[in-house]
Amino acid sequence: MTATAHNLDQPKLQAAFYDLNEHDHPEGGSTMLGFWIYLMSDCLIFAMLFAAYGVLGGSLAAGPGPKDLFDLPLVALNTAMLLFSSITYGFAMLAMEKGNKGGTQAWLLVTALFGAAFLFIELYEFSHLIHEGATPMRSGFLTAFFSLVGTHGLHVTFGMIWLFTLVVQVAKKGLIPANKRRLMCLSLFWHFLDVIWIGVFTFVYLMGML
Amino acid sequence: MGTEHAHPNPQAHDHHDEHGASHGSMREYVVGFLLSVVLTAIPFWLVMSGAIPDKQTTALVIMAFAVVQIVVHMIYFLHMNTKSENGWTVMALIFTIVLVIITLSGSLWVMFHLNTNMMPMSVHDMGQLP
Amino acid sequence: MAIEAEAHTHWSPLLGRLWLDAIPQEPIVLATFVVVMLGGAALVAGLTYFKLWGYLWKEWFTSVDHKKIGIMYMILGLIMFLRGFADAVMMRAQQAMAFNGNEGYLNAHHYDQVFTAHGVIMIFFVAMPFVTGLMNYIVPLQIGARDVSFPFLNNFSFWMTTAGAVLVMMSLFVGEFAQTGWLAYPPLSNLAYSPWVGVDYYIWALQIAGVGTLLSGVNLVCTIVKMRAPGMTMMRMPVFTWTSLCTNILIVAAFPVLTAVMTMLTVDRYLGFNFFSNDFGGSPMMYVNLIWIWGHPEVYILILPLFGVFSEVTSTFSGKRLFGYSSMVYATLVITILSYLVWLHHFFTMGSGASVNSFFGITTMVISIPTGAKLFNWLFTMYRGRIRYELPMMWTVAFMLTFTVGGMTGVLLAVPPADFVLHNSLFLIAHFHNVIIGGVLFGLFAAINFWWPKAFGFKLNVFWGKVSFWLWVPGFWFAFMPLYILGLMGVTRRMRVFDDPSIQIWFVIAAFGAVMIAGGIGAMLVQFAVSIWKREELKDETGDPWGGRTLEWSTSSPPPEYNFAFTPIVHDLDAWDDMKRCGVERPTSGFRPIHMPKGTGTGLILAGLSTALGFAMIWYIWWLAAVSFAGIIGYAIFHTFNYKRDYHIPVETVEATEAERTRQLAAAGA
Repeated sequence: MTATAHNLDQPKLQAAFYDLNEHDHPEGGSTMLGFWIYLMSDCLIFAMLFAAYGVLGGSLAAGPGPKDLFDLPLVALNTAMLLFSSITYGFAMLAMEKGNKGGTQAWLLVTALFGAAFLFIELYEFSHLIHEGATPMRSGFLTAFFSLVGTHGLHVTFGMIWLFTLVVQVAKKGLIPANKRRLMCLSLFWHFLDVIWIGVFTFVYLMGML
Repeated sequence: MGTEHAHPNPQAHDHHDEHGASHGSMREYVVGFLLSVVLTAIPFWLVMSGAIPDKQTTALVIMAFAVVQIVVHMIYFLHMNTKSENGWTVMALIFTIVLVIITLSGSLWVMFHLNTNMMPMSVHDMGQLP
Repeated sequence: MAIEAEAHTHWSPLLGRLWLDAIPQEPIVLATFVVVMLGGAALVAGLTYFKLWGYLWKEWFTSVDHKKIGIMYMILGLIMFLRGFADAVMMRAQQAMAFNGNEGYLNAHHYDQVFTAHGVIMIFFVAMPFVTGLMNYIVPLQIGARDVSFPFLNNFSFWMTTAGAVLVMMSLFVGEFAQTGWLAYPPLSNLAYSPWVGVDYYIWALQIAGVGTLLSGVNLVCTIVKMRAPGMTMMRMPVFTWTSLCTNILIVAAFPVLTAVMTMLTVDRYLGFNFFSNDFGGSPMMYVNLIWIWGHPEVYILILPLFGVFSEVTSTFSGKRLFGYSSMVYATLVITILSYLVWLHHFFTMGSGASVNSFFGITTMVISIPTGAKLFNWLFTMYRGRIRYELPMMWTVAFMLTFTVGGMTGVLLAVPPADFVLHNSLFLIAHFHNVIIGGVLFGLFAAINFWWPKAFGFKLNVFWGKVSFWLWVPGFWFAFMPLYILGLMGVTRRMRVFDDPSIQIWFVIAAFGAVMIAGGIGAMLVQFAVSIWKREELKDETGDPWGGRTLEWSTSSPPPEYNFAFTPIVHDLDAWDDMKRCGVERPTSGFRPIHMPKGTGTGLILAGLSTALGFAMIWYIWWLAAVSFAGIIGYAIFHTFNYKRDYHIPVETVEATEAERTRQLAAAGA
């Protein structure tokens, strides 16, 4: 765009170098990418917790180890709860796509129910461990275990708070673009937590029981 | 590149699919769910029944199942594809996976060597340390 | 330390650990406290008297304009720089006098806080705000955008960084700061050895500021990826934008690591967990390993944007296109990846053995190759250019000379056997000051002199700029070359008193260098003051005082709120240079209303609540922690119920602003 440009007249030059007919950019064009990048950073927080578990997992300090503590059927049940919540969130997204406000809200609440069941089972497991004296202060292994699983649980808790907020916002404003964008972000967040859980049950629970 | 309307410039080619993510279909979610159930059930069964006597083999197999299931979730639930956001989401994911591998394996390598050099003892003995 | 533990055992439900004994007794601190209080009172009184609070609140504090946020970041960095430098001078003075049984004037408790605060402040609250502020101001202008992707988050990020800085400053007068060194290694930073509030101030200041840094990283990555002007393909991005992209990718990928490690240290201290304890199976070395996974990329987070600055400055003041643009881009990308493969070189002496050490030694040496390539690119850009030695160019040349020395001593330290001798010695201190001052600070000074006219509409005074330059650069060499020599003799870092009188002379020379640097800083402040005073004489009406090459020079100085009345279309690298060569005239009619984000006080309020949360956690004031945490969640949710976050600048305003610009250009042309 150099040599030939001098031959153009000024209006044509201006049209080539300036966007003269610009329209408003719709809001939120970067939101999904931004949220995805945030999730990637969250992924690294979990990577650090996995690294800590990998290094400290064998440091039992003469205390109980995975085989003394873990209850695989309970973990399987918990995994099922999270997997169910994943597909019900998927149904909420499908309802949203169809513009079905009531359906979206209903499936969101079902998702919250499964999420609550997951948290309840996790808290039951934690309290059971603590009653047996396997507190996070007991050993490096238990510190790393409680921190990794607990951080995942905290994420689920915040996801639930967010989910209820969105149910209210959908009720107030309907399925407007801003709300749809938020539902899609929460969808990424929720499925992302399920992906982290695959790592947790494989590396912590299953491999601990080997 | 990030504008959504036609302008005089031929280079701006990505007006569509600004939000990047697709939302999937009923079929996708159900297939993803069924695959996940299978890919979860088999490792649990392997560990609980002790079907493979060798522990190391079992560990490798269940890790393989985990990796496959993560891919399944990425495709069927998170709807990852190379086209959304001009490939930036996939690029971010690949970059993150590389970093996770570097930091995880690096930490394990570094700390394992440290423990071997500075505190030579078996894993069992380590578990018995006060 | 044990004495400290017994001294502070008071706890009450209302005030937690906070009690009268929290006010430091040291006369130096008390005097500082009085001066700061008087200064603060005068400032508040002045702002109230001139009725400036409303203006500040409306035009600055709640603004989501990336340019104003950028300037606020720079001001924060400057204020904290003065504090961090005061710490440096105190250390130099202490070390120059504490010989022959002289204890110096700082007791151990105070001195240990000074060197910790110096490191923490200089990295987290000087270098980071400066770099973030610079990127915030320049990047959207360089890519032809009107703001960043998430303007509200940008404001929030700034206030979170400020909240962290406020906590650090507070520790000077209420309680104490950490006495652990800037990375707070356990077991020293564990509750057993640091029982009072110092390490807690450290943790919460970093954690809160870290949230801001992470979010601003996400924000700028999205901005660069999504908001570039039409036609600006990746390989047409200005180099500064490229290096900013890589820096922000590093921020997003490294700061979560810091967050995770700090949280682990927090649960160790607050709940008695065993991540890094000595007993019950914890591993203090795991902390060192994890924190350097953040720490090494952090070094590149700081230097990469300045590499971009040097590229812009060199090509502008050589009147040439940058030599080897694509090699510059690829070198930056290679550094981005490699910066994750070298972290162990910070603790070769830990004892991981030969295989681990040789791997990380070699990767460290490899990373100097792309950096070297960059240096040659700058030199070749200057080669046969029409070089103008304006202030930014002077700083760039000083950087090239200084940084090369620092880089070479770095490669020296990368050899594990050499590092076994030099680890934690003053040689290391000299090395990293050599790269951080010679690279980051000199780069910032180049950037400030280069872009000041863009931000304020007038150039900086050259005389005082040169005074500052000639005090700073030799001052730096006087201050740090002695440390190389001392380090080679085996003197370790963080010493408060010395036994061997024969080495005193080197510390005296270093102290002299610090005094010269103090003169350089003073001259720079005078430069700012004189320039503001004589701004009419130094006025730049063209918006392009240096013959710039990139888009930020195509708009007025200072740019209007909306940056560009019409979004530019890019056809080539160095878009503005291309436009000038094609002789395109700025359109003066056909304006449209411009869609912009609205200001909000939410960021400031959330950051204020976060400060309260941090303070409450530091002092064990559990009720306040609970209240402020609930406040943060509640207010954040409340904020999401506000859907009206934008407005249009009416076409009349745009027309009036652009007519003024036309008049300015005509005046400048005449």
